[in-house]
Amino acid sequence: MERSDAQLVEALRAGDEETFRVLVREWHAPLLRVAQIFVPSRAIAEEVVQETWLRVLGALDRFEGRSSLKTWVFRILANTAKTRAQREGRVIPFSSLQDPGRVPEAAVDADRFLPDDHPQQPGAWASPPRDLPEERLLASETRTRIAAAIDDLPANQRAVIMLRDVQGWSSTEVCNALDITEVNQRVLLHRARTKVRNALEDYFAVENE
Amino acid sequence: MIDIEAFSCQELVELVTDFLEGALSPGDLRRFEEHIALCDACTEYLHQLRETIRIVGTITPDDLSLEAEAELLQVFAGWTAGAR
Repeated sequence: MERSDAQLVEALRAGDEETFRVLVREWHAPLLRVAQIFVPSRAIAEEVVQETWLRVLGALDRFEGRSSLKTWVFRILANTAKTRAQREGRVIPFSSLQDPGRVPEAAVDADRFLPDDHPQQPGAWASPPRDLPEERLLASETRTRIAAAIDDLPANQRAVIMLRDVQGWSSTEVCNALDITEVNQRVLLHRARTKVRNALEDYFAVENE
Repeated sequence: MIDIEAFSCQELVELVTDFLEGALSPGDLRRFEEHIALCDACTEYLHQLRETIRIVGTITPDDLSLEAEAELLQVFAGWTAGAR
């Protein structure tokens, strides 16, 4: 049963351990992924999540419901992670979240297309997408491969694809949690999804050789 | 007649996410759909991206370890006790 933010906050203030447990479990993976955008290791990200919950509880009386509880918790996480990153001497490039489109990245390698000066069909597929064997897409090796491809993504792209496609959040929820624009959210999502597709295509191509 | 406005395949693949997100302008949406209607390779690419999304959706998110959960519950118990 979905409870409103006001009900959740009230339950937490009343010391309801079950409510706390449910939230901590439900938001653990997203919090961890977002923390990893800022801090260098998973172990530190785990600590940041822990510290975030401490801060959330400490600030709970000041939660006014101007944003959703989820957004509020993720803002606290981002602040906690940024502070921690500074202490670790890590500089987060501004562009990593706020201007991801500045450095272009191709969804598909340019050499898979006919060159721009091709007389008939510039930019048409020279080497079209190779077939994916439908019956094997949900096999456990395939999913292991996909998980590895997600792990290889830059942390900002990884966070967005995890929130959107694994956790099933809406784009608005992701934009709020990460404090980014819709456009930047789509840039990060596009890069993440297209790289994972490339990995899938490569995986089956190598196998069929 | 060559439609000078038509997307090339290389341009189209960069718009697939905007298409799936409903973020294309009406003009771009029309050009996207016209291209897809005539291009098997791009239709396949769009299909593969949808399949990718579907498989990614079956991945299990990281679970909270029991130790970490126990620690957090202790934190909560401490906070509750302090707040009384």
